[in-house]
Amino acid sequence: MEVFGNLLYGFSIAITPLNLAMAILGVVLGTAIGAMPGLGSVNGVAILLPITFAVPPTAGIIFLSAIYYGAMYGGAISSITLNIPGASTAVATTFDGYPMAKKGRAAQALVGAAVSSFIGGTVSIILFTLFAPPLAEFALRFGPAETFTLMLLAYATFAGLGGGNPLKTIIATLIGLILSTVGLDIISGRPRMIFGDIAGFYHGVNFLVLAIGLYGIGEILFSAEERLVAGDRVAVKVRLRDILSTIKEMVKYKRAFTIGSLLGFFVGMLPAAGATPASFMSYSVVKRFSKHPEAFGTGTIEGVIAPETANNAASTGAMLPMLTLGIPGSPTTAVMLGALVVWGLLPGPMLFIEHREFVWGLIASLYIANVLAVLINLFAIPLFTMILWLPFTILAPLIIVVCAVGGYAPTFSVFDMWLAFIFGLAGYVFRKLDYPLAPMVLALVLGNGTEVSLRQSLIMSHGSISIFFGFEGGVFSHPIAAALMWTSVALYAIPVVGAIIRHFRRRVALAKT
Amino acid sequence: MRRLKINQWIFVTVLGFLLILLGPGTGPLTDTDAEAAWQPKKPITFVIMAGKGGGADRIARLMQKIVQQHGWSPQPLIPVNKPGGAGAEALRFLKDHHGDSHVIMVTLNSFFTTPLRANLGLSYRDFTPVARMAMDTFILWVNSNSPIENVNEYVKAVKSKHGTWKMGGTGKGQEDSLVTGMLQEAYGIKTTYVPYKGGGKVASELIGGHVDSTVNNPSEQISWFEAGRSRPLAAFTPERLPQFPKVPTFQELGKGGMVYYMQRSINAPGGIPNAARQWYVELFTKLSKSEEWQTYCKKKALHCTGELGFLTGRDLGKFFATEDAKHKKLLKAMGEI
Repeated sequence: MEVFGNLLYGFSIAITPLNLAMAILGVVLGTAIGAMPGLGSVNGVAILLPITFAVPPTAGIIFLSAIYYGAMYGGAISSITLNIPGASTAVATTFDGYPMAKKGRAAQALVGAAVSSFIGGTVSIILFTLFAPPLAEFALRFGPAETFTLMLLAYATFAGLGGGNPLKTIIATLIGLILSTVGLDIISGRPRMIFGDIAGFYHGVNFLVLAIGLYGIGEILFSAEERLVAGDRVAVKVRLRDILSTIKEMVKYKRAFTIGSLLGFFVGMLPAAGATPASFMSYSVVKRFSKHPEAFGTGTIEGVIAPETANNAASTGAMLPMLTLGIPGSPTTAVMLGALVVWGLLPGPMLFIEHREFVWGLIASLYIANVLAVLINLFAIPLFTMILWLPFTILAPLIIVVCAVGGYAPTFSVFDMWLAFIFGLAGYVFRKLDYPLAPMVLALVLGNGTEVSLRQSLIMSHGSISIFFGFEGGVFSHPIAAALMWTSVALYAIPVVGAIIRHFRRRVALAKT
Repeated sequence: MRRLKINQWIFVTVLGFLLILLGPGTGPLTDTDAEAAWQPKKPITFVIMAGKGGGADRIARLMQKIVQQHGWSPQPLIPVNKPGGAGAEALRFLKDHHGDSHVIMVTLNSFFTTPLRANLGLSYRDFTPVARMAMDTFILWVNSNSPIENVNEYVKAVKSKHGTWKMGGTGKGQEDSLVTGMLQEAYGIKTTYVPYKGGGKVASELIGGHVDSTVNNPSEQISWFEAGRSRPLAAFTPERLPQFPKVPTFQELGKGGMVYYMQRSINAPGGIPNAARQWYVELFTKLSKSEEWQTYCKKKALHCTGELGFLTGRDLGKFFATEDAKHKKLLKAMGEI
C-alpha cells in the first residue's frame, strides 16, 4: 500500500524535534487564539505567519496547521463558559454548551467539546490520507450551480435551528440575508447598501461582529436585567472522575459523531463552505436524527458533540482542495495558501509530486497535532472553568471589554466595534421578542456565497433556472446540482406534505365518528 | 482569598490580550520632525487593497518576509487587508492617513479603475508614489480537454456558440473584464462573462469545466499548466514570455494594440515628508534587486526588470498618468463610465 508507505515517511519527518516543537507551540497558541473572542484561526494564522519565515517550509506549515487545529478546540471554551463564540466556527457550540454551563455542567461540556474535536479531526484526517486525490477531483466539479444547490440544502436545515415559530425563523433568516448584501456587489463590481457613503460598510458586515454582538453583548444585557443579584452560574470543581465519566457518557452518541465527522469533512472540502456552516449544518442534522430532539438548546451534550465534531472535521477537509488544487476551502486555508507562495512553493496539483516531504510531513503532523490538542485541552479544563467562579458584576464589564476587542479584531476597524454594540442592542430586543438568533447568523455566513453562485449560474444559463435541475442549454450536464436540488426540494416539501396528510387523516377520523 | 487570585488571573490575561492586540496598532501619528535621515519609529501598516490569499496579498507577505530576513527595516511591516469595495476601502484609508509616514500600500490596477468607476472623492494623484515593483501579464487559456489549439480555432469556436461561450474572470470593471473587452473588440466576438471573487478561483473553474476560457495571470494558471490541464493560446504582451516560449503574442498574430499589464506598485499617503519617501524608495529599491524577489518574478512570469520593471520618482508619476488615461478609455469603451 503506497499510502501507508507515504504516511510512515511522513511520520519520520513530523517527529523530528523541530517539527514536533512547532506542532506543540502551534497547538498552544492556537488554543489561546481560538479562545479569544473575535480572534479566530484566520487572524491567528495571519498574525503569526512571520514566525514561519525563520524555519523551513515543512516546519512552517506544521506550525500553521497546528494553530488552525488548536483554534478549533479553543473556540469552544468561551462559547461554553461565557456564551461568546471564541471563533466563528464555535457559534453553534453556544447553543447547548452555555446552557450546560448554566446547569453546572461546564466541565462536561468542555470535555465533550475536546473529545468531539478529537474524533472529528481524526476521522477527517484518515479520510484525507486515504482519498485525497480522488476527492480533489470531486471538489473540482463544484461550479456555481452545484454550490447554489448545496446552499439551498443548507438553508433547509435551518428549521432545526429555530424555535417553535416558523415565521420568526423565516424573518430572522431574511434579516441575515439582507445584512449579507451590504458591501461590494461582485457581479457589477460596485459598492451597494452602504447607507449613503459610510466607509465602514465597504467591507460588508463581518459575520463575527454580528455573532459577538448578538451573543456576547446581547447575553450580558439579558442577564443583567434578569439576574443581576442572584447570579445563575453554577461553579463546580472538576475532578478527573468527571472527565472519565463524561467520556463514558459520550459513547452513547455514536450517531452524532458519525454525522458530524462525515458531514464536516465533505462540507469543509467544498470550495464555498468551510467549518462555520459545517458546524451549523451538523447541529441541525444531528438534532433531526436524535432520539431526544427536544433536549437540544437546553443543554444536552449531543448538542455540543455535533458542532464540535464537524468544525474540526471541516478544518481538515478544507486543507484538501488547498493542497491538491490550490484553491482554499475556507478563509484560513486561503492565508495558508499565501504562505506556501511566500515560502517559494507552488500550491496545486504538482505539490504532491514535487514536494512529497512537505505534503506527507503535514499530513502526519495533523495526527500528532490532534493528539496534542486533546491532551492540552483536557488538562486545562479546570483552568477554563475558573471563569465561572467570578461574580456576574465583575464578569459583565470584562465581557464587554472582550467583546469590544472582538468586534475590532476581525477587520481592524473601530467602526465594526461600534457595530457589534448596535447588534448587541438588537440581539437583546430579538431575545425579548423570542426570535431565534442562529438562523440570522448563519444566513449572513451563507448569504454572500448563495447570492453570487445564484447569479453566476443564471448568467451561465442565460436566465433559465433549469440549470439547477441539471440542464444547461437543453443538455443534462450538471448531475450533482440536480441531485442536490431534488434533495432540498424533498426536504422543503416534507413538512408541508406531512401537514396535509395529517389534516386529511384527521378528517377521515372525524368522518368515522 | 481564592476569588481574588482568580480575578487577578483573569485581569492579567485580558490585559495581556489587549496588549497583544493593540500593540502593533496604528494611530494617526504625524511626523513633524526633521527632514534629515528618516527612520520608522513604529511598525509600518502595509495596506493590501485586496483580500487574503490573492495575488497582491501574496506579494505583500513575500515583501514582508524579505525585508524581515535581511533586517532592512528597524520596524516590522504589518500587512493589513482592506479588500472592501474593490479597493475603495483601502484608498479611503490611505486618504484618511494623509501625512502619516507609517502607512504604505501595495496596489493593483483597481488603483485607477475603482476611483474612476465610483465617486470616492479621490484619485491616484492624492497619494505619494514610491515604486513600481512589477508588471503582471495576461494569457488566454482553455482547458486542455478542449480541441482548440490556437487563436483562430478559438475565435471560430466562440462565434459558433452565438454569445453563450462562457468566459470566466474577476469582478466586472476589474482587470480580467477589461482584457476580455479588448479580446471581444479585436476579434468581433461575444462571450458570456461570468465574474468570480478571485483569480485562483477562476483558474480552477476552467479546470472543472464550468467556464470555457479565461484570461488568467500566468501565476494563477501555472500549476495547472505544469500538470498538463490547461492550455495557453496567446499572451497579451508585446514579446513572448520566457516561461512560455511556444505561446505566441496577440501582437504577432496581427493585433497590435492588444497589450495589457497589471501593475504591482507601492504608494504612501499624500503629504508625507520627503525624507520618509526617500527612505521607502531606498527600501524598495533594495527589495527589487534581491535574489528572492527576482526568483519569484521569474517563476510567476512577472516583469521585474528592464523597461517594465522597477520604476520610481518622476517616471513613476508619468507612468501612473498614462495608465489612468488608458483605463479611462477602456472603461468608456466598455460603457462602464
